[in-house]
Amino acid sequence: MAVQSIERRGRSRLHPLIVRITHWVNAYAMVCMIMSGWRIYDASPLFPFTFPGWATLGGWLGGAIAWHLAAMWLLVANGMIYLAYGLIGGHFRRSFLPLSPAAVWRDLTAALTFKLDHRLGHYNAVQRLLYVAVLLAGVLAVASGLALWKPVQLNFLSNLFGGYEITRRVHFIAMSGIVGFVLVHLALVLLVPRTLPPMITGTAKDEH
Amino acid sequence: MFRQRKRVKLAEIEPDLIRLERRLFLKNGLSLGALTMLTGCDLTDGDAVDKVLWALSRWNDKVQAALFDPTKLAPVYTEADITKPFPFNAFYDVDDVPEIDGNDWKLEVSGLVEDKSPWPLARLRGLPQASQITRHICIEGWSAIGQWSGVPFRAFLEQVGADLKAKYVGFKCADRYYSSLDMATALHPQTILALDYGKDPLPPEYGFPLKLRVPTKLGFKNPKHIGALFVTNDNPGGYWEDQGYNWYSGS
Repeated sequence: MAVQSIERRGRSRLHPLIVRITHWVNAYAMVCMIMSGWRIYDASPLFPFTFPGWATLGGWLGGAIAWHLAAMWLLVANGMIYLAYGLIGGHFRRSFLPLSPAAVWRDLTAALTFKLDHRLGHYNAVQRLLYVAVLLAGVLAVASGLALWKPVQLNFLSNLFGGYEITRRVHFIAMSGIVGFVLVHLALVLLVPRTLPPMITGTAKDEH
Repeated sequence: MFRQRKRVKLAEIEPDLIRLERRLFLKNGLSLGALTMLTGCDLTDGDAVDKVLWALSRWNDKVQAALFDPTKLAPVYTEADITKPFPFNAFYDVDDVPEIDGNDWKLEVSGLVEDKSPWPLARLRGLPQASQITRHICIEGWSAIGQWSGVPFRAFLEQVGADLKAKYVGFKCADRYYSSLDMATALHPQTILALDYGKDPLPPEYGFPLKLRVPTKLGFKNPKHIGALFVTNDNPGGYWEDQGYNWYSGS
């Protein structure tokens, strides 16, 4: 199963259907989770700032929690499908490995000096690192979220994070990591717009 | 961490107006929120979104009831861990806390119970007492550790001959607050009818003369100033629950 199988003459398949579907479902679920999460945060801010109302979802605390605990099912169900495909179907191995610090350093310095070529269908080491990191941040966000939702029934999880109050901060940090990733991800799509259509159609013209 | 609600300060009627406003805001907020979403689907109908959210909240009630382990105890803490001062929180300001004369007060019991006789404070204090130092987790996100003592609720329900197979216990409070519990949680060993906070009788701001302490639920499921309770098979809802807070809200 090569990443690029011939689709039509002169076109290569870059993103399998399952990756495209889970990507966009995840984008929707994540936006719901983050915006409603910001409204929940605003009810009792951990830090000396709040999120502006226009950037939040739910209208009030009760509405925000309703959104958060509804979208979590979509996020988790979709995430499980993606993780199963990534782990069992070999998507992670094919797309994200190998990954070494030396390669990350090489590609990062190349990127910062504008010498890094973007090849559609192939992730450079910095991209691989970011994708792996955001997946781990996603796992952390879900695990800490479950620990906040059920600090008694899932107290092993709560204890793992160091108790309820520390878990709140872990959940916030996981969210921050994901939001940071999204900002970089969107900035890169703006810089290299030809990466967007294949995420919808799955294919792109061959580059020579 | 501690934030008082600023909304209710004026006339008697204002809480009701605010509830109405909230209820509308749930709808409007949801449809506005839906408009900002990135789907191609038509999610602009606030009522439809509202229905989906309510349905999922009822689904979440069922999932939480299934997750609930009746023998699993909430973590307990030491006196040194107690949060001082323990935050006051209600849907009104601390100035509006109801003033209740403990000598006149009686707990009324009704519904699916054999003995519906009222319970003055002395009679409640005559039952075996239990104490706990547990974490109160507010739906707003903050938490605080406190010490409550009183009558284990299971012992009370057995004492009044409650139908322990009934589904719900409802509570009515002197501050017009109301709430309800599933029977499994009502029978949990750490669910108590609290008479004391720390070493002393509950002060008014913490719910004098009687507060339900349920460390396996969020704070708003711990009603204060309880005047009446009843056992029923019809979900009695609650002040916040009826506005959109998840009914089960278990920890």
